[in-house]
Amino acid sequence: MTQKNRLFGGCVDRAQPMSFRFDGRTYQGYAGDTLASALLANGVRLMGRSCKYHRPRGPLTAGSAEPNAIVELREGARKEPNTRATTAELFEGLVAKSQNRWPSLAFDAMAVNDRLSSFFAAGFYYKTFMWPAAFWEKVYEPIIRKAAGLGSLATDADPDCYDKGFLHCDLLVIGSGPAGLMAALTAARAGAEVIVADEDFMLGGRLNAEVLSIADQGAADWAAATVGALAAMPNVRLMSRTTVIGAFDHGIYGAVERVSDHLAQPAAGKPRQILWRIYSRQSILAAGATERPIAFEENDRPGIMLASALRDYANRWAVTPSQRLAVFTNNDDGHRTAADLYAKGVKIAAVVDVRPDAPTHPDYEVLKGAHVIGTMGRLGLTFVEVRLADGSNRTLECGALGVSGGWNPNVHLASHQRGRPIWAEDIAAFVPGDALPQGMHAAGAAAGVLSTHGALTSGVAAAAKALDALGLNAPNLTVPEAEDAPVNVTPFWHVAGAKRAWLDQQNDVTAKDVKLAHQENFRSVEHLKRYTTLGMATDQGKTSNMGGLAIMAELAGKPIPEVGTTIFRPPYTPTAIGAFAGRSRDEDFRPVRKTPSHTWAEEQGAVFVEVGMWLRAQWFPRPGETTWRQSVDREVLQTRKSVGICDVTTLGKIDVQGADAATFLNKIYCNPFAKVPVGKVRYGLMLREDGIAMDDGTAARFAEDHFVVTTTTANAVSVYRHMEFVRQCLFPDLDVQLISTTEAWAQYSVAGPNARKLLQKVIDAEHDISNEAFPYMACGDISIGGVRGRLFRISFSGELAYEIAVPTRYGDALIRRLVAAGEEFGAVVYGTEALGVMRIEKGHAAGNELNGTTTALNLGMGRMVNKKKDSIGSTLSEREGLNTEDALKLVGFKPVDTSHSVPAGAHLMTKGAPVDAAHDQGYVTSACFSPNLGHAIAIGYLKRGDARLGEVIRLVSPLTGVDHDVEVVSAHFIDPEGERLRV
Amino acid sequence: MSDPLPQMIPLTALGGREARTDTHGPVTLTEVTNTAIASFAARRGAEAPAAKALSAVTALQLPGPGASARGGAFTVFWIGPDQWMVMAPHDTHELLAHDLTAAAPGQASVTEQNDAWCRFDLRGEGLIAVFERLCPINLRAAAPGHATRTSIDHLGCFVLMETQSQITVLGPRSSAGSLHHALLTAMRSAH
Amino acid sequence: MIINHPLLGPRDAAEFTYLGDAALIHRPDWEAPDAVQQFTDYGYLRDNRAGPMRELWFHEQGDRSWLVVTRDTTTHVITSVELASDVARREGRSR
Repeated sequence: MTQKNRLFGGCVDRAQPMSFRFDGRTYQGYAGDTLASALLANGVRLMGRSCKYHRPRGPLTAGSAEPNAIVELREGARKEPNTRATTAELFEGLVAKSQNRWPSLAFDAMAVNDRLSSFFAAGFYYKTFMWPAAFWEKVYEPIIRKAAGLGSLATDADPDCYDKGFLHCDLLVIGSGPAGLMAALTAARAGAEVIVADEDFMLGGRLNAEVLSIADQGAADWAAATVGALAAMPNVRLMSRTTVIGAFDHGIYGAVERVSDHLAQPAAGKPRQILWRIYSRQSILAAGATERPIAFEENDRPGIMLASALRDYANRWAVTPSQRLAVFTNNDDGHRTAADLYAKGVKIAAVVDVRPDAPTHPDYEVLKGAHVIGTMGRLGLTFVEVRLADGSNRTLECGALGVSGGWNPNVHLASHQRGRPIWAEDIAAFVPGDALPQGMHAAGAAAGVLSTHGALTSGVAAAAKALDALGLNAPNLTVPEAEDAPVNVTPFWHVAGAKRAWLDQQNDVTAKDVKLAHQENFRSVEHLKRYTTLGMATDQGKTSNMGGLAIMAELAGKPIPEVGTTIFRPPYTPTAIGAFAGRSRDEDFRPVRKTPSHTWAEEQGAVFVEVGMWLRAQWFPRPGETTWRQSVDREVLQTRKSVGICDVTTLGKIDVQGADAATFLNKIYCNPFAKVPVGKVRYGLMLREDGIAMDDGTAARFAEDHFVVTTTTANAVSVYRHMEFVRQCLFPDLDVQLISTTEAWAQYSVAGPNARKLLQKVIDAEHDISNEAFPYMACGDISIGGVRGRLFRISFSGELAYEIAVPTRYGDALIRRLVAAGEEFGAVVYGTEALGVMRIEKGHAAGNELNGTTTALNLGMGRMVNKKKDSIGSTLSEREGLNTEDALKLVGFKPVDTSHSVPAGAHLMTKGAPVDAAHDQGYVTSACFSPNLGHAIAIGYLKRGDARLGEVIRLVSPLTGVDHDVEVVSAHFIDPEGERLRV
Repeated sequence: MSDPLPQMIPLTALGGREARTDTHGPVTLTEVTNTAIASFAARRGAEAPAAKALSAVTALQLPGPGASARGGAFTVFWIGPDQWMVMAPHDTHELLAHDLTAAAPGQASVTEQNDAWCRFDLRGEGLIAVFERLCPINLRAAAPGHATRTSIDHLGCFVLMETQSQITVLGPRSSAGSLHHALLTAMRSAH
Repeated sequence: MIINHPLLGPRDAAEFTYLGDAALIHRPDWEAPDAVQQFTDYGYLRDNRAGPMRELWFHEQGDRSWLVVTRDTTTHVITSVELASDVARREGRSR
């Protein structure tokens, strides 16, 4: 039997049948169905089990507030747990599985928890798993994790991509019900740029679920016509399947558009979802309202639903969970459900209304002043037990019960900026308060206006307010005729005496739990929430919070508004982490920066390392080399013996120009720059204002008013920012202009005794680079094969060395040219490892030494800080605490037993003294194996280090089990006098 | 004089000998290599004469914040207070920075930017939908000639909108591959 | 957040880098007799108020201007945005 509970009419497309599977069985539904509506059509009410007690559950709602009908949707890598069957659009071949049950949905072994429920009341975890502490990790948590929780995650990586985007509008309309559509139409006619966003795949909101007429049309037809009119306007963007998940500062909204969730899989190149950041000047919250249930004994059986959900299913999807149903209500709206379903041919067992003065109906019974006091049916509702006004009981046979406790406006987004909702007595519900997010107006049911006429009118009024703020004139629009029924509701939250009356069905929180929390003195709503977990499930308590705090208020003897609500936070509905990540995942996590020699280095089989966003060659393995050390040792030895080439493009380069360029550098660097001659380079040390070393580099003077400054690779961005701060905020009248040129030039270091010979082959002959014409620390313009270039005679390796630069487009050609020219010298190309080894051999400080805690004094550059001028950091570097007698000094270390290594990070202890923090003498910052010396070497900071050369000291690293002796030596292991630089 | 060493042959920002072109749906994405670029910042106190000199050499009225001007060989766009970026064909203006320095002696700080940027031109209908997925700039409402720096997938880029169907992106050259991938991904997502 | 750039108009705060109290503009005189004390106060005793606060923001992904943004740190309401160089000059940083 197929679709035995499908009714006539509705908005499904019977010409497009779709088959799908749920828990291994194949069913059929139609295009336009949700998974829940299609299952109900097939007579399936049981769709899941609850989190704690594993109670059998079916859908409570027909939308995104759903606590119960949550399933694992799809299979394999696309499997997504905790998906609401009530919002999952049906597609051909959809596969879903119920969750939280074993071995099957109908028989769940963990349902034994339900029998033990008296042990699992509120606070159970806190009370039970307190002691012993060690048990938590080893015993309790694994058991709880296995037993509790919801669905299971896919273990493969998500195969879909997600996108992010940015939209701008004059007016964002959130929700496309009567208020939203009318507001959008009003604003669009006035010429405003309008975005309408609705979480549903069908625009129209409740108009698609009601049997009403608007302007002599059916409500759904009017909605479709209005949507059509809006779609035709170029200044309107209609976004269905788009949930506005958060309201942020200054009119910014987050919205998730489910681009492909209604398809078996996304089309090629298309994202599954897009997270939009919407910049709005004004917004209208027309997100509608959510019906709330009434708590009564055993009110969680499959088939018991919100009355409005029954109406949704019947009118929009032409579905009923049962051919015979009853309604339990405290307001007139519940009667509408009975009438609509009756009109669809469904039998109405009775309408149970708590109000003695409830309206009657000619065709079915209304039990006035009556309460539902119990239900029956193991896996789905079969009978409802009613206490009549006269105190007698009556049993109603029915497979579904619609429950209506009134409507709660969806105030969430109105409260994301901490504005508190206020209590509206007439509808017994919270409505948005006065402190709305900037530019927001509420309209329709979201504002507590529950009639259709009221919604249409308030949509126009809200749009008029927004247009006024936008400086646009509101058009003259006639509000179409629609019903304007008053709200008749008698607040009624729970049936007295009920023991297991569910409030939060997903987290299994009952009215009794709220009482227990109150009894145990958890009296703030925030405490109540956390103690009982009320409203903490994936549905965030959309159907349960109100009931919980009403009971709380009753117990405390306070009015509801005095108890208040918990804080509303984004996201409005659960959002895939993938949507937040967008395209920034895997290899696209962040951009990659490639050096000009990258292609060449790849051809050479280089091993690359990430340095920030840069990919740099780490070393270049040659045939026969089996370990990285062999490659690095070869690169170091050959560079020092003959010549080596290294791509140093990644160093930051900043062009500093202006009449005051030298004055400016005098501020930036602690050492003086005013007298650097044109054509010369000087090393500079940059301090932070607190006297700590920030960065180091060189400044090459190309003209009186032009320097090219280099920064370390890692600090290029922060140094530029700092320099702009000094220029704009501290010395705004200096004539100096800055711009980064890091990317403009490909730059290679050529180092080693044969460096000049190599370069003389490469650089055009008219440029004299002999030692006399181009001495150590010279700089100037050159050309290479006719291409403009720059040459700097600077050295990081301690060898005779140059850095040669050409426009980046020629970088690939230059490395090939340098390598070819170097062949006769046996030139090597070296990577960052060899670069590091050579700088440690020379005792040059790098990032490990400029680690944010060290001063010029620590670095052995105390005398560089010029006291005759004002530079950033110069004053505070004179502080007493930074200049103590036992200050750390940068020195070298070599192991006494040269077979030992010297790990970076190890600490230094005086021999014979205790090994503890109080006796710490310093630490090793950088270490390597020196192929030139044949043993490990290191540099680091040691108290009074410069006065302790020759001392044998203890090196300890308790973490790695290192404990041996090292000798304190000069940090300059190679060529301490620096003679090689100047030949 | 014969040079036995490998010739100095330039590569494009994407690493090829030839510029790359990709088409998806209505949009064509082209790597543009024939562009010389120089930044031009007026010296303190010489703001007026520097601007006058730049205007004279380019024969353009200098654009204000968020705008560009183009005409003849030149495109000029505003990059900061009293600062502009100037573009011209590389074939004919490789020494653009040098020329601008000479045109405003002592009045401006000019820096060669030829190879600091990779340039991608996007042409076709539906570009706004592509850029909605890339950057927070409101191009839908922007006037032709809009030019601004913003962030595209974490990369600081200039977006120059000649018209809604002609948009140029300048991005950091070392990340040309990542930027190209981002642009292509957005094209595929939008169309 | 949106920062209304005095030259470029409204821009997403994501384009900016935050520094902190705009009092950092008032760098002390290095030749003052109590310069160390003044610099210590300057560096370490900055305000971090709950309420209206003058802050420095850098338009890193924009025109590279430093801005002085007056923002209520409890509500994020921004009441004024100026170029920091203008503020610096007005408040005595001109030579």
